[in-house]
Amino acid sequence: MMRSPKQALVMTLYILFLMVPIYWLINMSLKTNTEILGSFTLWPRDLTLDNYRTILTDPSWYMGYVNSMIYVVENMVISIAVALPAAYAFSRYRFMGDKHLFFWLLTNRMAPPAVFALPFFQLYSSVGLFDTHIAVALAHCLFNVPLAVWILEGFMRGVPKEIDETAYIDGHSFGSFFVRIFMPLIASGIGVAAFFCFMFSWVELLLSRTLTSVNAKPIAAAMTRTVSASGMDWGVLAAAGVLTIIPGALVIYFVRNYIAKGFALGRV
Amino acid sequence: MDKTLNNKAWFLVAPVLVLVAFSAVVPLMTVVNYSVQDTFGNNQFFWAGLDWFDQMLHSERMWAALGRQAIFSAIILAIEVPLGIFVALNMPKKGFWASVCLVLMALPLLIPFNVVGTIWQIFGRVDIGLLGYALAKLGIGYNYTANAFDAWVTVVVMDVWHWTSLVALLAYAGLQSIPEAYYQAAKIDQASRWSVFRYIELPKMQGVLLIAVLLRFMDSFMIYTEPFVLTGGGPGNSTTFLSIDLVKMAIGQFDLGPAAAFSLMYFLVILAISWVFYTVMVNLDKAEGK
Repeated sequence: MMRSPKQALVMTLYILFLMVPIYWLINMSLKTNTEILGSFTLWPRDLTLDNYRTILTDPSWYMGYVNSMIYVVENMVISIAVALPAAYAFSRYRFMGDKHLFFWLLTNRMAPPAVFALPFFQLYSSVGLFDTHIAVALAHCLFNVPLAVWILEGFMRGVPKEIDETAYIDGHSFGSFFVRIFMPLIASGIGVAAFFCFMFSWVELLLSRTLTSVNAKPIAAAMTRTVSASGMDWGVLAAAGVLTIIPGALVIYFVRNYIAKGFALGRV
Repeated sequence: MDKTLNNKAWFLVAPVLVLVAFSAVVPLMTVVNYSVQDTFGNNQFFWAGLDWFDQMLHSERMWAALGRQAIFSAIILAIEVPLGIFVALNMPKKGFWASVCLVLMALPLLIPFNVVGTIWQIFGRVDIGLLGYALAKLGIGYNYTANAFDAWVTVVVMDVWHWTSLVALLAYAGLQSIPEAYYQAAKIDQASRWSVFRYIELPKMQGVLLIAVLLRFMDSFMIYTEPFVLTGGGPGNSTTFLSIDLVKMAIGQFDLGPAAAFSLMYFLVILAISWVFYTVMVNLDKAEGK
């Protein structure tokens, strides 16, 4: 099909709708508070990087990013590591209760985090994990592991079973087959699953805020600090927001060729 | 694909099982535990039977929150699914601009939920936000913190902004899998644009669209952070959805019993609806496999 001007117009309008609020945030982050509150300007007249400077020089701010990054990466590694063998089992074998187990796993993706906030708090407090990165990483496994299993299963289904059989005939053990032959074949699937784990762990706030206080406080929770006695510090708030968008944008850029298939959970 | 019967596959599933049991079953049991007990402090608990469930079933507050939630999810699905399909149909098929569109469209999906709330909180303010300011200049009285209707519109537009791309990307993935030959055949048959959509594109997108509806339903039904940051559930209770109400009850007021009973019923509602979607999806997969 040919691209018509009408199509280009629709896309331009839609992308504009998506970008304008983000532009506004960036715009605000480059203004001084006096300019934000004093006059209404479409672009910063008095360009300043002070808001960013505040964040990047204050440990209580920038440690938020470090903390978020640590638990997101931990969660990604744990989720993929346990989901890989499970997805293989679901895609290759029938076994007792497999369908029920698969649905039960998915139900965890459907569980409202609000339901789990308080029990998680008590569980992790009682085992002494409260306010650690690993606690948040484990809590996020609740929705990321089922999702990773679901995505990986979709990708693995596309690999013909004959490859497994040939590898066994060639004398590969299960472990060596899985790591040397099978994983490279579904590398894009692993990338997509990791992307989704990153995404949902990075954007989640309710659980990560409930499970941390000081040492592992995520950036999203740190942003509530900008409300102070002297009113909102809009500039710093906007700058912190802009900085949370950057990791996501970088990750999207790397997986852009797989995004479409990935969003279909490998099921196209 | 034919699968071999092999119960040893359980060993491969075991790690997931242990992990999810730790992070889902244990907390869920705590909730069940609270839902049937009452406490007067000092960690002394008394058996309360099903009283809390009974109380919550007759609670106007819960029914009101459920009603708002149902309306919200219905509006979200009614706007985002058609709009997402429409956008996907207009996306460039390949090349540089396809990549640009993909990256820009995926961007809102990777913004932390509270930042999404913050963006719209700023954007909608009459004094410093572009949207609020522009509307005020046009003479439309708009104030999402005071007017319930404005608050609803803002929350809905925010969600459309945030998640329509997910539907669009899924539909786009479905469209990508249609071989060019189908379109050529349709051209030879002189099929109209509508019949191409109805008989070629829509059936091919069915599978991914179900995933989209399922994901959008689940996530809109559990929505918490964005409206909480934007409106805090207000003005009044007008945008207090189920999760917001639940967190208020459990952590704000520490009414553990009712909150737990509420949680379980909330979970069951989502589970029941999702199960229907899931069954349809699995049957569709089977039908396609044959």
